[in-house]
Amino acid sequence: MVNFIWLFFIVAGFVVAAFQGRIELVTEAVFDGAKSGVTVCFGLISIMVFWLGVMRIAEDAGLLQAMARLLSPIVRWLFPGIPRNHPALGYIMSNMSANIFGLGNAATPMGIKAMQELQRLNPHKDIASPAMCTLLALNTASITLVPTTLIAIRMSYDSANPAEIVGTTLIATFISTLAAILVDKWYRKRYTPIPPVKG
Amino acid sequence: MYDFVNLISAWAIPVIIVFIPLYAAYRKVPVYESFVDGAKDGFDTAIRIIPHLVGMMVAISVFRASGAMDLFIGWLKPLCEEIGVPSEIIPLAFLRPITGAGSLAFTTDLISQFGPDSMVGRIASTIQGSTDTTLYVITVYFGAIGIRKAGYALKVGLISDAVGFIASIVVCYLVFM
Repeated sequence: MVNFIWLFFIVAGFVVAAFQGRIELVTEAVFDGAKSGVTVCFGLISIMVFWLGVMRIAEDAGLLQAMARLLSPIVRWLFPGIPRNHPALGYIMSNMSANIFGLGNAATPMGIKAMQELQRLNPHKDIASPAMCTLLALNTASITLVPTTLIAIRMSYDSANPAEIVGTTLIATFISTLAAILVDKWYRKRYTPIPPVKG
Repeated sequence: MYDFVNLISAWAIPVIIVFIPLYAAYRKVPVYESFVDGAKDGFDTAIRIIPHLVGMMVAISVFRASGAMDLFIGWLKPLCEEIGVPSEIIPLAFLRPITGAGSLAFTTDLISQFGPDSMVGRIASTIQGSTDTTLYVITVYFGAIGIRKAGYALKVGLISDAVGFIASIVVCYLVFM
């Protein structure tokens, strides 16, 4: 599906630009897009390096494992098949906690680390395992306590009550997270991997 | 409640950064060496994402700059107005899963145009806060570990985005009307 969307974006963009007689826009957009792709990655380097450093300390101290044990009932329900005390569980938990506290940038390295651990359990290295899909679902549903950026923007436009959307965001995010979990569980049941995939 | 939550957001990162090394030192972990060891992975991981991100950003950029996205949204407008969704919000439904920066820019634009305390402004704020950039998350997470077949992850992500989008509109109407 990603393949289809990718191709669709490029072909549709090309066709529309051609019909409007502004094909030069495509060239410009290609270089703009490529540039911002690299810029975003370089922005990620500093955060990734720092947080992975801190997380390694936590791992060496046994904190990730302790956290995984603490929250294991929920995680085990969401991720059946991951062995007890596997480091992936710790990273998944840190990723989820960081998301909840709105530490989006801190959540990404932990999420990637969790994916790397899940990849070790994955028998098909180029196909996403069910556990990976679940982790992704939790991340895209984006459980949020404080939509910090939005409050800041609303403040700058003189809102009478910039934080009034905290409640609505919480409810909406709760509903979409619940939907993500249910839809994921549903797909997981119908998913027949080749041969049995654990996780 | 808001003050409390705000307090947590402000203190969370500093507390984590102090607590982890302190606890580790107590457990006799060589903290600095441990940090450097783990940090090494960060650079490699970020670099490994570049091809994925460049590919996706180029496609989105072409789609938007050419006006194809505007056309696409134009077709869907009448239908959404029929069911009572403010048509100004519609582009956000398509931008949000694709580009975080792009949808934030669009939300900011809506807030400046209609005011932060308008229904459109509130709905846009709620959508932006309660959903995430599904395609970016998939690109980064799966790109980092070399997954090429995303399984059903994209479908689940997009369905939960759609639910979040609808929930935001309904909840805003219920709370603010």
